[in-house]
Amino acid sequence: MKFLHLIWANLRRKKTRTVLTLLSIVVAFVLYGFLSAIKQALTGGVSLEGANRLIVRHKVSIIQLLPESYKQRMEKIPGVASATHQTWFGGIYQDPKKFFMQNPVVPEEFLKMHPEIILAPEQRQAWLTTRTGAIVGRKTAERFEWKIGDKVPIQSSIWSKKDGSYLWEFDIVGIFEGRDKNTDTTPMFFRYDFFDEARRGGTGQVGWYTVRVQDTARPAEVAKLVDAEFENSSYETKTEAEGAFVQAWAKQIGDIALITASILGAVFFTILLVTGNTISQSVRERTGELGLLKAIGFTNAQMLALVLAESCLLAVLGGVLGLGAAWLLTSHGDPTGGMLPLYFFPARDVLAGLAMSVALGLVTGLFPALQAMRLRVADSLRRI
Amino acid sequence: MSEQATGNGALVDIRGVEKVFRRGAEDIQVLKDLNLEVPAGEFLALMGPSGSGKSTLLNLIGGLDHPTRGTVSIAGERIDQLSDHRLAAWRARHVGFVFQLYNLLPVLTAERNVELPLLLTHLSKAERRAHVATALAAVGLEHRAKHYPRQLSGGEQQRAGIARGIVTDPTLLLCDEPTGDLDRKAGDEILGLLQALNREHGKTIIMVTHDPHASARASRTVYLNKGQLTREPND
Ligand SMILES: Nc1ncnc2c1ncn2[C@@H]1O[C@H](COP(=O)(O)OP(=O)(O)O)[C@@H](O)[C@H]1O
Ligand SMILES: [Mg+2]
Repeated sequence: MKFLHLIWANLRRKKTRTVLTLLSIVVAFVLYGFLSAIKQALTGGVSLEGANRLIVRHKVSIIQLLPESYKQRMEKIPGVASATHQTWFGGIYQDPKKFFMQNPVVPEEFLKMHPEIILAPEQRQAWLTTRTGAIVGRKTAERFEWKIGDKVPIQSSIWSKKDGSYLWEFDIVGIFEGRDKNTDTTPMFFRYDFFDEARRGGTGQVGWYTVRVQDTARPAEVAKLVDAEFENSSYETKTEAEGAFVQAWAKQIGDIALITASILGAVFFTILLVTGNTISQSVRERTGELGLLKAIGFTNAQMLALVLAESCLLAVLGGVLGLGAAWLLTSHGDPTGGMLPLYFFPARDVLAGLAMSVALGLVTGLFPALQAMRLRVADSLRRI
Repeated sequence: MSEQATGNGALVDIRGVEKVFRRGAEDIQVLKDLNLEVPAGEFLALMGPSGSGKSTLLNLIGGLDHPTRGTVSIAGERIDQLSDHRLAAWRARHVGFVFQLYNLLPVLTAERNVELPLLLTHLSKAERRAHVATALAAVGLEHRAKHYPRQLSGGEQQRAGIARGIVTDPTLLLCDEPTGDLDRKAGDEILGLLQALNREHGKTIIMVTHDPHASARASRTVYLNKGQLTREPND
């Protein structure tokens, strides 16, 4: 640690250059933080529960419906533990920009399928006994200040009631919590039996199925069997892992994950060049000084460490500042007003960011450090 | 003085040293069959025309370079065959350098510059500070401790360089044209300082110079000519 002063002094040699380099590293890591949060939002629902759940949808597109009767047929397929359905309601509460999802489901089946949705027992009971009952996630409940007992009007963009009105009214009977940090608590779920009876068209048709695969079965094989079961029917299916389904949804907006990854790649490549240039320039400028240190008795290993420490200090400092800023900036949650309910900067990506900053320091410092190490003292002190 | 006698306990003992540089396809023989003995406590001036190999010889004595042939022994230790790594450690323990240029790191204060060699020792922070204070006092620069090199005159910079050279109390102080960049007055002060270090503190000093005025302060002067040392200047 006694060398820290020397390392720090070297970074302060050209303050403007160091600050500019530092700033570009900070900006890169802030960007990384934002993109991580966006990626998390688009793929966050995937991981844990999703592994043994499949989504079965219409082969042609997600907006085409499937018969309600498929449930029985699916549950007979080997490897399928259970199946339940949801339907896209496409409703609006007050403001179309305040997006959140509302789907009709079969309450018991739905809650069993989704253990990550935590609902108090009395609220669950209320939902089972109230035909117009709906449960809503904590986030949306807080956003609209809904309480149990509230009647909420939702305007559907797809479904009309038998009287031709698109305005539906639900009774909030429960507010659910997420079991995990990446459980989405923005949607609202209401009862399918009420919905099916009240809607004007599409009776007996549902949006998609969620299928739970038996622990002993292989999801990919089960998916094939499901699609085979409905092949050549008038409603052919496409079965995917739940994660893939979520991402397919995201693709509706564009392949953001790919775009963000490419932006990130470009940014870090640039940062690599900028930082590398700063460090190697700074090493080249002080050939004489480095020669002097060697004459004094600094070993090759110490020279290597000195330069690497300098580049790592710069990169990690920039990384910590950038990641910290990104953490703060993303901590307010979803900036899109509902499109990205799982928007946050996951801790694992923060750690990955830190590791990346260390790697940045090592990579950019390596060549200048080797140069400093190989410096021949007698030569470096000769020239003016 | 440079008889082919067997080892007589001289601090610096150089025998049959040859140094050849390769520049492209061409070999440049700078030193050939050179012998030199420097007893402890001597202040030796090494003179010779520019390009005669003075710095080359000094670098061999200081363990900055390897001879092509021959032996270099300092305080009874053969250093010509040490690995780069061992040489670095050896330099840290035994040699203080004072150069004409690049003496100080511009980003560090005078005292931090003087402290540099001590960073390679096991001394505590307090011990390092005490050594630095002693060395700065020895060169009369204690009042400039917190100044950066650019805030110091040429003479003061060189004094800080000497303080750094002696701060570890090395076996040998090697100076390569220490007054080359200074005016006469500042140069005289530096020479007086080296002389005092030699006389009062018993420091063994080898100084390269091409200034007869400088060599007059030394206890002995040798001349490098055509790769060999002589006692008299050789036109
Ligand atoms: N690393 C080197 N490569 C090639 N030639 C060198 C090298 N170092 C010194 N020389 C040559 O050796 C000769 C002596 O150099 P030097 O010892 O610096 O002379 P002085 O210090 O007496 O002026 C010069 O001709 C110089 O060009
Ligand atoms: Mg020279």
